[in-house]
Amino acid sequence: MADTNGATTKSATTNGAKPAAPAGAPNELAAANELPVLTRKDFVSDQEVRWCPGCGDYSILAQTQKVMPDFGYPKENIVFISGIGCSGRLPYYMNTYGFHTIHGRAPAIATGLKATRPDLMVWVITGDGDALSIGGNHLIHTLRRNVDVRIVMFNNRIYGLTKGQASPTSELGKVTKSTPYGTVDYPVSPLAIALAAEATFIARSVDTHTEHMQQTLDRAGRHRGGAFVEVLQNCNIFNDGAHREFTDREVRDDRTLVLEHGKPMIFGKDRDRGIRLHGHEPEIVTIGQDGITEADLLVHDETDPLIAYMLAHIYWPQFPVPVGVIRSIDKPTHDQMLVEQLEQATAARGQGDLRKLLNAGETWTVTR
Amino acid sequence: MSGSNGQHERQLERVTIRFAGDSGDGMQLTGTQFTRNAAIFGNDISTFPDFPAEIRAPAGSLPGVSGFQLSFSSTEIHTPGDAPDVLVAMNPAALKANLGELPPGGALVVNEDAFTTQNLTKVGYASNPLTDGSLKQWNVFPVPISTLNSRALEGIGLTNKQVDLTKNFFALGLMFWLYERSMDGTLKWIEEKFSKRPEIAEGNRRALKAGYNFGETTELFHERYIVPPAKLAPGTYRNITGNEATALGFVAASQLAKRTLFYGSYPITPASDILHQLASYKNFGVRTFQAEDEIAAIGAAIGAAYGGAMGMTGTSGPGIALKSEAIGLAIMVELPLVVIDVQRAGPSTGMPTKTEQADLLQVMFGRNSDSPLAIVAPATPGECFQYAIEAWRLALKYMTPVAFLSDAFLATGAEPWPIPRIEDLPSIEVSNRTEAKGFYPYARDERTLARPWAVPGTPGLEHRIGGLEKADILGNVSYDPDNHDRMQRLRQAKIAGIASDIPPLDVHGPAEGDLLILGWGSSYGAIRSAVERLQGEGHSVAHAHLRHLNPFPANTGEVVRSFRKVLIPELNLGQLLMLVRSRYLVDAVGYNKVRGKPFRIAEIEDEARRLLGGRASKASKATPEAVAVGAGGASEGGG
Repeated sequence: MADTNGATTKSATTNGAKPAAPAGAPNELAAANELPVLTRKDFVSDQEVRWCPGCGDYSILAQTQKVMPDFGYPKENIVFISGIGCSGRLPYYMNTYGFHTIHGRAPAIATGLKATRPDLMVWVITGDGDALSIGGNHLIHTLRRNVDVRIVMFNNRIYGLTKGQASPTSELGKVTKSTPYGTVDYPVSPLAIALAAEATFIARSVDTHTEHMQQTLDRAGRHRGGAFVEVLQNCNIFNDGAHREFTDREVRDDRTLVLEHGKPMIFGKDRDRGIRLHGHEPEIVTIGQDGITEADLLVHDETDPLIAYMLAHIYWPQFPVPVGVIRSIDKPTHDQMLVEQLEQATAARGQGDLRKLLNAGETWTVTR
Repeated sequence: MSGSNGQHERQLERVTIRFAGDSGDGMQLTGTQFTRNAAIFGNDISTFPDFPAEIRAPAGSLPGVSGFQLSFSSTEIHTPGDAPDVLVAMNPAALKANLGELPPGGALVVNEDAFTTQNLTKVGYASNPLTDGSLKQWNVFPVPISTLNSRALEGIGLTNKQVDLTKNFFALGLMFWLYERSMDGTLKWIEEKFSKRPEIAEGNRRALKAGYNFGETTELFHERYIVPPAKLAPGTYRNITGNEATALGFVAASQLAKRTLFYGSYPITPASDILHQLASYKNFGVRTFQAEDEIAAIGAAIGAAYGGAMGMTGTSGPGIALKSEAIGLAIMVELPLVVIDVQRAGPSTGMPTKTEQADLLQVMFGRNSDSPLAIVAPATPGECFQYAIEAWRLALKYMTPVAFLSDAFLATGAEPWPIPRIEDLPSIEVSNRTEAKGFYPYARDERTLARPWAVPGTPGLEHRIGGLEKADILGNVSYDPDNHDRMQRLRQAKIAGIASDIPPLDVHGPAEGDLLILGWGSSYGAIRSAVERLQGEGHSVAHAHLRHLNPFPANTGEVVRSFRKVLIPELNLGQLLMLVRSRYLVDAVGYNKVRGKPFRIAEIEDEARRLLGGRASKASKATPEAVAVGAGGASEGGG
């Protein structure tokens, strides 16, 4: 009786497009459902974008709008939920449903939404302070529950909206307004946190690597379950050059490791270097030196937890920074299991009858 | 009349029993079993379970004492009794912790086997009170419960420990005999409860019967007592606690509104039972979520509300503190939400299992800025059902968070509940905006000032909401000073307007006169009983009880101004008092108690008499402990 959420809710089978369409088949599901083909423009809201000129967030917004049509969801079935921080403004600029919530809590709000509306495609937009500091607990638990939401974390290693304090990803010793003598706090690895929470999808991309970010967001969008994407993002006002050392055009090929499932871990402008395991320690080797060939290199496997652990912990300057999909595995999602329980209980006990429920147990009747 | 063993039978109007023992002795179960029995027999009942927060405090210690007081009556009663007529004490700690509340002449049934030197020393008895003459003013019935019970269970293959765990049923059996009660209900319960462990079932059966038969054969008791059924209003009844009624009320609200009920909660005493119960109603479509913390619990509820479900969260005072920011968000985005607060003694962790009514101002004001929400507070365990539905009626109609204030006494206390007929339940109308033409997220209904509920999945209504101030009507982010001023006033006016949609404050007694006693929440029973006594003596006294605390019913000012004096008893240091005085400029006075225990009738009666210019009542003189409230305070180690 009470299982409808509103007049406009359609059943999960029609609207809950399973994001299983192969990459490169944009609008396949939309076409199958005879929905209008959407383009990037359809996802641009009428609100003026108010990030600082030159901010990395513009690129993330643009790539997000660009990939949205790929998933085949009608735009009214897409929801962007954010917390507080510069990243938190993104939902205002998406012409979908959007909810700009409170600091750190977006994953919790998304969990409740998804638990009652499995038919929706839900994105959480967050930042390094929002996700890892004030909202660290919700990030961990949303991922460990495998709630079917895509969490995109903008990592600029600084608090931007509050004008430049150290964040949980700021490097040790960083001098900021709140740390004039440098931080004495070690930074956290966002990917390692996601991995510790057993996230079923973990990826990293870079604001300026637009094509790579599109591919990464596309993969995240098609994942069924809790997806965590770290986007390395520049704050040109309070932490300019946050990731410059390995993301600038001239050095990025040598200093990032672009991951591809099933392919050996090769990097470098000349594609001549790679990652090899020495015992259980990764090391950088050069192909062609000391008889090393591609066959000696570690092959990326998105389902291997040990590889994921290693990739979550290597970083510039000791190693190239891994970008791409670190991990992608399949597990039943939270909303799926929740709905199954309801169905099983209803099958076993029948649709709940309020009269019977109220009159359950020992009752007695007074007739006088 | 003569009993089977030559005992006299005496008819009583009302009896109050307190079972007290170690927290591992099963006193709550014993009390509950007697309560069920009395309820089904047709007595009016009221209960007060009083237990420590520690699951198993050190055995035999004062902090470990767990008590269950129940009153059963042949007339209508409103409270679990000011003081017990009978105290069943399973050990010296239970005796010491509770004796101060047993009036002289009261019956004291003790397990004399537990009065060992070691147990006596543990609680500071220098000599055995059973033999040193210190219990002269009470009617003491020492019973070797442990010994007799072990003997009764000989040869059925239970360990000593298992045997010991059944001795509470011996005590229960003895009480059943003393009050001429049938054992059938409890025997049936044992059979069902231990269906998979027949030897345990047999042990409990034997213990129960042994206690009963001991009463039958011993010459210790000279009288048995009969409390006839009460003349309750016709209807079908069940025994219900406040938490049970709360959970049922919310399922009913969900069925009436034809919406999914989503309950996000984090375990906390004394609210957890609501989560446990709602989690079992899956075939009613109820979705429960045990969150990682209090904030996630309300966050998820807000997310569910955003998607069109009935999002709800429940907690106690410390949890409300954590949820405050999120409640503010729900106020800003104007989504329907119900927040249950089963209040307990604070501040901070306070006394988790003990009752208090001290979160009123927290739910009223405990957020940044002016952030009004509606507040309802049931007065009795059964009323929790009705006000759960009312909370949702308001939340959905006005697109607002509603706080539902229960407390530990309501939550765990029980009373007979006339089961409502489904067709008598109020209807809850709710709709979602689907029309795209002319849609603005913050355009308001003229009458209720509610904004439209446009949920994701509705084509053409894509819009953004959030915690930043919203432009009136359009709903875009706005920093405009005029707009903020207007929105603050609109939010306030929306809640204030609810006053015209709730019943006026009902006055029990004269419409004007010498004294009005104004209360809210679980103090209803004690106030009503005190007022009825005073009215019976011809005093010009009335009782009014608020169920809506924000806004107040429209006639509240008129009511409080119609009496020469206004007394506001509260289990806090004057919260409703502050609101009433400031709102209505009346010189109301408070009567405040924060001992983790509910009011006694006599306390309120005495205070009323003082204000009326009289002396303390005869009735209250008969129970002098009412003045020295909670003489067993040493037992309250809950923390």
